[in-house]
Amino acid sequence: MAAANGGDAKPKKPRKLKDFSDGGKGTRLALNSASIIVGILLWFLITLIPTINTFLASPKQVYAALLSESAANGRFFKDISISLQRVLIGFGLAFVCSIPVAFLMGWYPKVRSVVEPWIQFFRTIPPIALIPLVILAMGLGEAPKYTIIFVAAFLVMVVTIYQGIKEVDRTLIKAAYTFGATDKDLFRDIMIPAAFPFILVGARLGMAASLTTLIAAELTGTTFGLGARIQGAQQFMDTSIVLLGIITIGIIGFLLDKILLLIEKRLTRWK
Amino acid sequence: MIRIEDVHKEYKVDGGKDVNALNGVDLEIGKNEFVCVVGPSGCGKTTLLNIVAGLEPYDSGKVTMHGEDIIGPGPERGVIFQQYALFPWMTVRKNIEYGMKFLRKKTPLAERYSREEKSRMADHYIDMVNLTGFEDSFPKALSGGMKQRVAIARGYAQNPEVLLMDEPFGALDAQTRAQLQEDLLQTWEKEKKTVLFITHDVEEAVLLATRVVIMSARPGQIKEIVDISLPYPRNQATKLDPIFIEHRNYIWDTVYRMYLEIRK
Repeated sequence: MAAANGGDAKPKKPRKLKDFSDGGKGTRLALNSASIIVGILLWFLITLIPTINTFLASPKQVYAALLSESAANGRFFKDISISLQRVLIGFGLAFVCSIPVAFLMGWYPKVRSVVEPWIQFFRTIPPIALIPLVILAMGLGEAPKYTIIFVAAFLVMVVTIYQGIKEVDRTLIKAAYTFGATDKDLFRDIMIPAAFPFILVGARLGMAASLTTLIAAELTGTTFGLGARIQGAQQFMDTSIVLLGIITIGIIGFLLDKILLLIEKRLTRWK
Repeated sequence: MIRIEDVHKEYKVDGGKDVNALNGVDLEIGKNEFVCVVGPSGCGKTTLLNIVAGLEPYDSGKVTMHGEDIIGPGPERGVIFQQYALFPWMTVRKNIEYGMKFLRKKTPLAERYSREEKSRMADHYIDMVNLTGFEDSFPKALSGGMKQRVAIARGYAQNPEVLLMDEPFGALDAQTRAQLQEDLLQTWEKEKKTVLFITHDVEEAVLLATRVVIMSARPGQIKEIVDISLPYPRNQATKLDPIFIEHRNYIWDTVYRMYLEIRK
């Protein structure tokens, strides 16, 4: 009987097809943590090699730097708070300004035609390239930092939110009209809620852009802030502080994104 | 009640020649009639509905309701779209209430309905389409058939004089479609409305309509109008009636012949 297909052939298992799912939650978290632990371990191992340790501090050294920097006369928290302040002010201004501009562009084709070339043009320029001009115009205070972050976040958010407004389902617009909605009703009842998810996506992209731009902006012409600290430590070849700064920036970015993601989940449960 | 007189409409197509979507269409729809329009794809039946809805302009001719020109969409003409057009950020109840948002009472003062009145009316229509228990669900949680029921409830809640339905059951599976056809018949018999219903399904048209309008494509014109002499109430069993079969065969044959002609 079994000989029919050449001896004791094992029953064939159905082939597993890629479904691009996230996998089980437990496995995912276990692999996430294992990956981080192994990464830190590898980092520790390679810094045991003296030549590498001269330009790459070990986890232990970074931890020591964290302790000394956050001690009473350390400047760690001051750097963090000033960087955060810059990000939040620049981002906040950009958020408040980008929404009306994006809606005006989405609503009035003429506004779109006037504004769009400028946005497309400035979008291709890294905001960092504007630093010399901004410093010449505004000096070395806080204003130039806010301005650079504002430009970076504003452009990203305007483009994202405007794209969202443009893609509002035409059938929903038609439906609203057939209920007797005026243009004003349409704007308030349909356009704003329909664009809402894009506002939140725009905010996340804008926040990421703010953070990257800020650090770059702080690399020149300032004494406080995480970017400035990294730059300062480099001159003393203190790579433990450089790494501490980098990791802190990464964690801040991660947390800010998580907060926005949480808000997004909360507010767009209907999606 | 609705008069369509010698309506012409051309589309400009990028890089191609103009498509003659409607070429001299005349149609009169009386109060509480259920008119179904069938025809091969591209015959301009959806264009016709959009023009009556006030959602699309036309080149020449005249479209009136109670003798007044239709110059745009209005709450007295409710539209049910094939793609449901439910607002995804509103629950079932909110969607239905939105249909009544701009509705005014037919009193001399003509104020809008109060929140309680709207809520009561929403309950009535949710019950009518058998969706009790789903009032607080978001559309994403509903099946296609349920979504279309919400849309129908919303269309009824708007209390229009005319319901314009653009292939409303076109995206549904056969069983759900049969169910919704019966539901719609029941609803319509309970609360009569004037209906203009676009479909490419000949059986559906004969089952629902008091009159079936057959359109031809390129140019879009009305080829023939068939009175369906079947009594209401109707249901799926009506499909076995010899009169039904006769109508269906005749209309199906006419539409299919036109289809073959276009293909040539």
